[in-house]
Amino acid sequence: MNRFLWPLIGFALLVVVLIVGLRHAPDKEIIASPLIGKPAPTLDVPDLIDSNRRVTGTAQAGRWYLLNVWGTWCVECRAEHAALLAIRDEGRVPIIGLNWKDDDAAAIAWLSQLGNPYQAIGADRDGRVAIDWGVYGAPESFLVNPQGVVVEKQTGVMTAEIWKQRFLPHMDAQRGVAP
Amino acid sequence: MKRALCALLLSMLATAGHAVDNTPALPTDALQARYRALTHELRCMQCQNESLADSNVSLAADLRLQVRELLIAGKSDAEVRDYMVMRYGEFILFRPRMNWRNSWLWSAPVILLIAGAAVAVRIIRSRLRLLASDDSSLDGFDP
Repeated sequence: MNRFLWPLIGFALLVVVLIVGLRHAPDKEIIASPLIGKPAPTLDVPDLIDSNRRVTGTAQAGRWYLLNVWGTWCVECRAEHAALLAIRDEGRVPIIGLNWKDDDAAAIAWLSQLGNPYQAIGADRDGRVAIDWGVYGAPESFLVNPQGVVVEKQTGVMTAEIWKQRFLPHMDAQRGVAP
Repeated sequence: MKRALCALLLSMLATAGHAVDNTPALPTDALQARYRALTHELRCMQCQNESLADSNVSLAADLRLQVRELLIAGKSDAEVRDYMVMRYGEFILFRPRMNWRNSWLWSAPVILLIAGAAVAVRIIRSRLRLLASDDSSLDGFDP
């Protein structure tokens, strides 16, 4: 009896480890951003619409903003456009667009056709800023708090549910503790 | 005819080998070798099972260019890896580095070796004791 007990216990432990490993296998589609909880990377890009102006993160200092990375070549960006318009209409947070490796004229045409959810849009024509933000697939959305820290990120299409469940609570919590 | 076909096939091989990476060559052979090694051990985040060197998506091309510029700027291999990990996370490394979360995995072979050795020593000792207490010869022993 005792001869078989320890191998049996060992086998049972192995089974538990493998089951846990299978159940918690990371979703390969979504990779946690190392940016969450860290100061937002520098954002300083020319304005898509008015090339004399610049779109910067420092201009947003002291308030919440949502940085949304998009491009007209990105099919899923079209799918999330309605959700972005709804977030704009809700009025809780300004959306700053980062137009990633796109054609300026196509981007402007897209906005006049589908509506413009953005307060300002930066043009990241060579993709340098996107690299600093660790962007690897549009659309991506980053919520930055008034202290300039990235608190939440959505990789992929933003939806009303994701916005309500994962993004809004951050802003509600901060408002709760404010004096 | 045969020769022409052979030449055609060979030329197809040549283009396949150089189709992906169109980043300009680095100024020295040493830098180029480091560039090659680094782009092979960094993951293309869009295609995930390809390295930066093997991928032809536009983000991989941007990141190859970034690796090139960092190397020319005099950064070490470790600094280039840190630069990528800071932005894209540990996942970008094909060869994971040791940290507190995966330290058990790194130490597992050593732990298993020690456990195995302990079991082996116990079995050998008990066999020796058995042998010492047994006067009969091993003749006729059939395992």
